[in-house]
Amino acid sequence: MNFIIDAFKPACHVSVTFADAKLRKQVALKKENGQTEMVPLFRSQDNIIGTVSVEPVPGRKVEHKGIKVELLGQIEMYSDRGNFYDFTSLVRELDIPGEIYEKKDFPFEFSTVEMPYETYSGINVRLRYVLKVTITRGYPGSIVQFQDFVVRNNSPSPSINNSIKMEVGIEDCLHIEFEYNKSKYHLKDVIIGKIYFLLVRIKMKNMDLEIRRRESTGSGTSTHVETETLAKYELMDGAPVRGESIPIRLFLSPYELTPTYRNTNNKFSVKYYLNLVLVDEEDRRYFKQQEITIYRLAESSEQAEAL
Amino acid sequence: MVIVNGMEDEDKWLAEGIAGIQHNAVCLHRALDSDNLRDALKYAAQLLSELRTSRLSPHKYYELYMRAFDEMRRLEIFFKEEDRHGCSVVDLHELVQHAGNVLPRLYLLCTVGSVYIKSKEALAKDVLKDLVEMCRAVQHPVRGLFLRSYLAQISRDKLPDIGSEFEGEGDTVMDAVEFVLQNFTEMNKLWVRMQHQGPFIEKQKLEKERNELRDLVGKNLHVISQIEGVDLDIYRDTVLPKVLEQIINCKDELAQYYLMDCMIQVFPDEYHLKTLETLLGACPQLLPTVDLKTVLSQLMERLSNYASSNPELLPEFLQVEAFSKLSNAIGKVIAAQVDMPIVGTFTLYVSLLTFTLRVHPDQLDYVDQVLGSCVKKLSGKPKAEVSKATKQVIALLSAPLDKYDDIVRALTLSNYPRVMDHLDSGPNKVMAMVIINSIMKNKTCVSTSDKVEVLFELIKGLLKDLDGASTEELDDEDFNEEQNSVACLMHMLYNDDPEEMLKIICTVWKHVVVGGSRRLPFTVPPLVFSALKLVRRVQSQDGDVTDEESPATPRKIFQLLSQIIDALSAVPAPELALRLYLQCAEAANDCELEPVAYDLFTQAFVLYEEEIVDSKAQVVAIHLIIGTLQRMHVFGVENRDTLTHKATGYSAKLLKKPDQCRAVYACSHLFWIDDQDSNKDGERVLLCLKRSLRIANAAQQMSNVTRGISGPVTLFVEILNKYIYFFEKGNPQISPSAIQDLIELIKTELQSDGITLPWSPALDPFLTSTLRYIKFQKQKGGAMGEKYGAIKL
Repeated sequence: MNFIIDAFKPACHVSVTFADAKLRKQVALKKENGQTEMVPLFRSQDNIIGTVSVEPVPGRKVEHKGIKVELLGQIEMYSDRGNFYDFTSLVRELDIPGEIYEKKDFPFEFSTVEMPYETYSGINVRLRYVLKVTITRGYPGSIVQFQDFVVRNNSPSPSINNSIKMEVGIEDCLHIEFEYNKSKYHLKDVIIGKIYFLLVRIKMKNMDLEIRRRESTGSGTSTHVETETLAKYELMDGAPVRGESIPIRLFLSPYELTPTYRNTNNKFSVKYYLNLVLVDEEDRRYFKQQEITIYRLAESSEQAEAL
Repeated sequence: MVIVNGMEDEDKWLAEGIAGIQHNAVCLHRALDSDNLRDALKYAAQLLSELRTSRLSPHKYYELYMRAFDEMRRLEIFFKEEDRHGCSVVDLHELVQHAGNVLPRLYLLCTVGSVYIKSKEALAKDVLKDLVEMCRAVQHPVRGLFLRSYLAQISRDKLPDIGSEFEGEGDTVMDAVEFVLQNFTEMNKLWVRMQHQGPFIEKQKLEKERNELRDLVGKNLHVISQIEGVDLDIYRDTVLPKVLEQIINCKDELAQYYLMDCMIQVFPDEYHLKTLETLLGACPQLLPTVDLKTVLSQLMERLSNYASSNPELLPEFLQVEAFSKLSNAIGKVIAAQVDMPIVGTFTLYVSLLTFTLRVHPDQLDYVDQVLGSCVKKLSGKPKAEVSKATKQVIALLSAPLDKYDDIVRALTLSNYPRVMDHLDSGPNKVMAMVIINSIMKNKTCVSTSDKVEVLFELIKGLLKDLDGASTEELDDEDFNEEQNSVACLMHMLYNDDPEEMLKIICTVWKHVVVGGSRRLPFTVPPLVFSALKLVRRVQSQDGDVTDEESPATPRKIFQLLSQIIDALSAVPAPELALRLYLQCAEAANDCELEPVAYDLFTQAFVLYEEEIVDSKAQVVAIHLIIGTLQRMHVFGVENRDTLTHKATGYSAKLLKKPDQCRAVYACSHLFWIDDQDSNKDGERVLLCLKRSLRIANAAQQMSNVTRGISGPVTLFVEILNKYIYFFEKGNPQISPSAIQDLIELIKTELQSDGITLPWSPALDPFLTSTLRYIKFQKQKGGAMGEKYGAIKL
């Protein structure tokens, strides 16, 4: 009996440890099963150095036709589940075919790995980075172990960052002018702005500012777009009159945003919009959507916004 | 919303709101007790969400607000204690802004803001400025007002005021002022906007609700006034212009009224005085429907209180020309508010006048100016319209009287009578009475004919029938009272100089003479007596120097008197006229003016003959005539004879025998004047007495014939008394035997009268006491006793 059970048990324990694991920042990553796991965070051009440990079950040996570690950057479309598209694939051979009797460490190193895209988990698409360790075997099949890690790439502050200013309205009903202080915001940024009411002939009830994420996957005719509202922030309560100006101050930090991904390997894009929604007393909605760019600012250069 | 169930529903909603707050408060307390910041913020936001309701009236909303307010205090204390939640105030400041709903977010932001300022990690002005800006996000009037009043509340003790711990280092008083002003402006905008919130039918309800909220707005002004650092300069250069700008621009009746009033109430009087022009300049720019009269009245009342609090302030009032500024402003307001009812206009003038009287009591010309403005306003207005403001006009006219105990000062106001002219006859009389009462109360002596002229011009409503009003409609009692007052007034007119006094009398007469038949009987007697007083004074003064040049000779006065009394003939009031003639005659007698006296007597006799027809009146008149004539010593024999003859003649012609009898024996005194030896005609005395006896006898018989019994012997006893009188006075014609005979006669009469009863002393007490007197005189001895000795009883 024992033998049979043992036969289905993994013959060995495979683990990946990173050389700088203690110093490297860990971030939460949501796994497919819904649980979150703390994984190391890398940036593009980082050296990914570590060790793969293979530890056979005591008293057994692992016979293999070679051990390799791959660094994969994969895009997974949920519509096409199970099919990964690897946009990055690096391989390091760790061992020639042979047998392992006891725990054996295989150091590996991927130097200055180009990881242009960030880890992303959306509605229809997922982009992930993973280290895949394969112990190739004939029978009973290869042993494969995955180690996820997250890639986030900081961007420098944009050199041009104009404010968004726009006058919109419905003739003889409502004219507003809104202004957001920037068009590009970093993830911990604050949106500062104002809405001027130039003409109000509608009884307003309230006004919200929404942050919407537009994820579009595929291309051409098969493009699929999903929009989700990540933030709904009430800006105004009550009915303003002509001449009023309503302040906007929206902190982005509480929301789970990602940078804007314009075109990720021609597979998908993620864009952000500020949607200004005015609701009148009859619950009619008037809105104006405006794209903003979100970027990731290096932590060190992040500064607490004064007031 | 169903109106009928409105109240019940509201209570239900309020209860729900309270329950929501209580529920979240419990959770909040738990979070606070365990120093759990995240939960605390969550429950606080939920708790505050109850304030998002639109269904409650301000009154009920306030209840909810107060509950939330209490919880915020706890939260604030928690925020302050950083070691409990481990979050710096800066982070906290950001953290609370993550709340998705604007109203809870802003309440939390204000709460943190309060801690933020206290921590001094940021300048108070920056935090305050940010808060007041952020609160713009709530545009719902009621919610916005309460939110901002929360802001005002938490910031009150954190304003960078002079001497406050938050002053200095870039925080100045001006920042505090600007913050409060901005909050005020925004609150006022919200408040004003409230009226446009509901449908038209709920307008009234809305107005009521707005009124309930007004103090939230006014509170800000109060806060500014409490800022130590707001001195006159800041007030004048910043606060006042900004607040006025807001008041003017909000174009809302309720707000304009309330806020003007508020300004006046919360800021010191000194500031008002120094900025009077600016403050007043705003008034004409307000809506024409604003109740400015109340506002300005308040202001003037405050200023006058201020002025009277310290007499040293007066120069300041003069320096800023407070009066002319106020006067100007009122003129402009009246011009601007075309629809202001006349009552309002006059209320304003009354206030201005009160102000003037209190602040500048010496500046009669100011008072006159005010009255002048009233005249201008009144002219061209129909009386019917003016009558609506009667109360105010009367108040206006009474004010100077109350102020100046001395009516005379009021009389110098040239516009005073012109205002009175605009009153209807009724109010005019009321006013006249006020004037008179004031004079009487203060015992003011009006001492020149000019003033009298003015005075009587003022009270002419009482002196004659004004156009369109007839005395007929008047209640007798009222009329009498009025006329009595006029009569009283005449005694208050006095001047030591006879000449002036005569002028006064002439002036009065001029006014009184047109009074008509109902008034003359009231007004003539006091005037006559006043003139007679003058006559006596002139007489006693000029006893030795008779200056014929002087206009005030007794002779002239008597001429006037004749005229005056003669006017009564038109009434007609013969009895009164007669009495007055006799009074005058007596006075003439004292002045040794025989012809005058004679003439006056003649007048009296003519009246008696021609006018007095009632027998009872005749009896009274004849006794008056006799009495007066008896005292006259000025007549020569001839004149005297004529007059006494007439008098006796009239006496004998009275209708009733007893009256005849009594008049005739009274006449006996005409022939025996004690202190005039020349005038002691014993024979004619006796003649009179005998004649009266005859008449008495005839009366007795008449009574016997008509009634079967003879009348009482009273007449005889009366005559007996006369006999005794003259006997004692030494009339030689009256002998003791004559007296004795008379006594016998009376006794006989009595016996024949009382057939059934024998005479007893008890039967006629009069006779008994007379007889006792004789006995007494007899026993007294001496010359008199001797004289009486001859009489036997």
